[in-house]
Amino acid sequence: MILEKSEIPLIGAAVAIALASLVVPSWLVFTTTLAISTALVVMGVVMLMRAGLVSFGQGLFYCLGGYAVGLGGRYLGITDALLLVGLGVVVTVGLAMVLGLLVTRYREIFFAMLSLAFSMILYGVLVKSHNLGSTDGFGVVDWTILGFTPGSGESSTRIALLLALVLALGFALFLNRYFKSSLGLACEAIRENEVRVEYMGVSRKQVLYINYVIAAAVGSVGGSMTALAAGHVDPTMAYWTISGEFVFIAILGGTGHIAAPFLAAIIFTLVRTYAVELAPNAWQMILGIVLLLIILFLPKGIWSLFTRKKGVAS
Amino acid sequence: MKNSNQRSLWQKTLLNTATSVAVASVGVMGMAASAHAEESFKVGFVTFLSGGASGPFGVPAAQGADIVIKAINEGSLPAPYDTKGVNGLTLESVVVDEAGGPTKQVEEYRNLVQRQDVNAVIGYISSGDCLAIGPVAEEMKMFTIAFDCGTSRLFQEIDNPQYMFRTGLDAVADNVGAARYLAETHPDAERIAGIQQNYAWGQDSWQDFTLALEQLMPEAEIVNNQMPQLFQGSYSTEISALQTQRPDIVHSSMWGGDMESFTSQANARGLLEQATALLTTGESGLHRFDGQAPNGTILGGRGPFGGFMPENDLSEWFTKAYEEEHGTPPSYPASKAAQAILALKYAADNSDAEGIPSSEQLAKALKGAEFESVSGTVKMALADGHQAMQPMLYGEYHFEDGEAELRNVKSYPGECVSAPDGYDAQQWIKEGFPGVDCN
Repeated sequence: MILEKSEIPLIGAAVAIALASLVVPSWLVFTTTLAISTALVVMGVVMLMRAGLVSFGQGLFYCLGGYAVGLGGRYLGITDALLLVGLGVVVTVGLAMVLGLLVTRYREIFFAMLSLAFSMILYGVLVKSHNLGSTDGFGVVDWTILGFTPGSGESSTRIALLLALVLALGFALFLNRYFKSSLGLACEAIRENEVRVEYMGVSRKQVLYINYVIAAAVGSVGGSMTALAAGHVDPTMAYWTISGEFVFIAILGGTGHIAAPFLAAIIFTLVRTYAVELAPNAWQMILGIVLLLIILFLPKGIWSLFTRKKGVAS
Repeated sequence: MKNSNQRSLWQKTLLNTATSVAVASVGVMGMAASAHAEESFKVGFVTFLSGGASGPFGVPAAQGADIVIKAINEGSLPAPYDTKGVNGLTLESVVVDEAGGPTKQVEEYRNLVQRQDVNAVIGYISSGDCLAIGPVAEEMKMFTIAFDCGTSRLFQEIDNPQYMFRTGLDAVADNVGAARYLAETHPDAERIAGIQQNYAWGQDSWQDFTLALEQLMPEAEIVNNQMPQLFQGSYSTEISALQTQRPDIVHSSMWGGDMESFTSQANARGLLEQATALLTTGESGLHRFDGQAPNGTILGGRGPFGGFMPENDLSEWFTKAYEEEHGTPPSYPASKAAQAILALKYAADNSDAEGIPSSEQLAKALKGAEFESVSGTVKMALADGHQAMQPMLYGEYHFEDGEAELRNVKSYPGECVSAPDGYDAQQWIKEGFPGVDCN
């Protein structure tokens, strides 16, 4: 495989984060792991956004990924992290293939509400599941990776970060090419004008369906990584406010580049954790003001800081 | 063209400001951390400061903790805590909001330990947060006290706990106590109904209560249970459904605003004229009902807390200090928070450490200990010395001449309401409370 020019910075950034994780304090390693996991889900939201669809229910796949890790470890006895993540992807893709048949027929607010409804159904089912701890959720088993036990303490947080990095890099490289592929470009075309796309001989149904299923799979991996890192799953993962957070981070970063969700997720998490520390009684307000300012002054997202467009008339 | 120039200026300003704020804040915090590291003991206190649980639980708990921390630093507590500071060190607290769910709390817990360098963590009202924090506390070897959460799974999910403690009772004790109180004071009640919030706490509470009731009042019939959403606020449908079943007793584990709204709505609709309400967390409304709950309503306070505190030097001091500062007597979350801080002081004072005691020294001092608290003498007798065993109290609400009080209070010793070590709580109830001691 020959690397494209745009892929070298992505690999460089991943290597830089991996190396930095050896020297930065452990809390930052953990926070970055969660931010990367979130960014994976956000990538799925961005994929849908490029096709003109806003999903307020990506928490469904995030939660499925998390619960697959929790349940796979607890009831199937799987401890290998990669197998657990894979299990989540299989389950999620299976469900998304069914739901996709229905939801990809809808657009705009109808798509948003329908996706939200499905994630809230999962939330409702989990809250009713007394054996799964209801809203309290349950702990994730100690995991291994390729036969290696990370143990506990700092080394395990670093290994979780490395695993998240490798998975995220893989998806970033894949999606970077996907966005430029005919399928990815067709998504943007659908956003602009569906009828024309059909006239060009491309099935919009098929394109949107495939796009939806891939977005679900990415979301599931994000959920699985969150569960592995945090060590606990609970139904809040499927709650609509979490899905809203994903949409928000997607808007914060912008849809301009594959790295935008990662940058936005890291900024979002850092602003939040420092706001919690500095103003325990008003952290939501600080978070809100900062994010509002970013949206106000950077309407195309944080990534627009890095794109130097030369006087394009708008 | 002009437009794009303008934007780039904004972009630069924003970027510069953000960078300088970030650098400055990191610098300030770094300095603060290094300046205090030597002479003070830093405790992270995690409680709800926003959301539905903040009003009835989170904020009173923070206030209760604050009063005790201040008194510890002034050395103005009654004996045996009349020494200044903890192990001679100034006690400094970092308050964190518990809102946001378990994943975020795990993140904030790690930040407390690794970024803010706290020496101990006290907190957690939500059971989900407790369950998520338990294994992390053990992994990070950080002395942690859960002051309020009620899940009976906390110490089942941690093998051989070393650093995690709980200075209160679990929810099983609430509901076994409730069934015992009912069997003693309303032995002729025949039709029992319930209303619970539809989430883990409500489901667990109803399960434990009905299991205990089957053992203690086998004659009674369970006629109905309603499960409204958390924070639903309006309960007219549920109240109608309950009324048609003509219950004698309505058990509810609802808390805070939900519990208060249900009580006033059920009272207005006449449900509480035909049935007596049994509110397992009702004590937090003791000074807020203002007669909206009928006399004779059964209230619990999750142990000897709030209005159920026994009379001793510490509880008298605490009630007085809290009332002076906040104008109302402390409710049970405030006393539970005070108890956890006292446990920390006890552990630190008895750790035999020079300077700041380590988590190991604190854990060793508190494990299996008996310490004085606002709720009397607390025995850390359960979960291998990591969980408090305390009596469970229930009483009747009476409101006369603008004064609310508890009458007909009954106390059940810890051995009477808590499963002994090695027993799954539900199994213990089903087997008819083996090893129980109610005298």
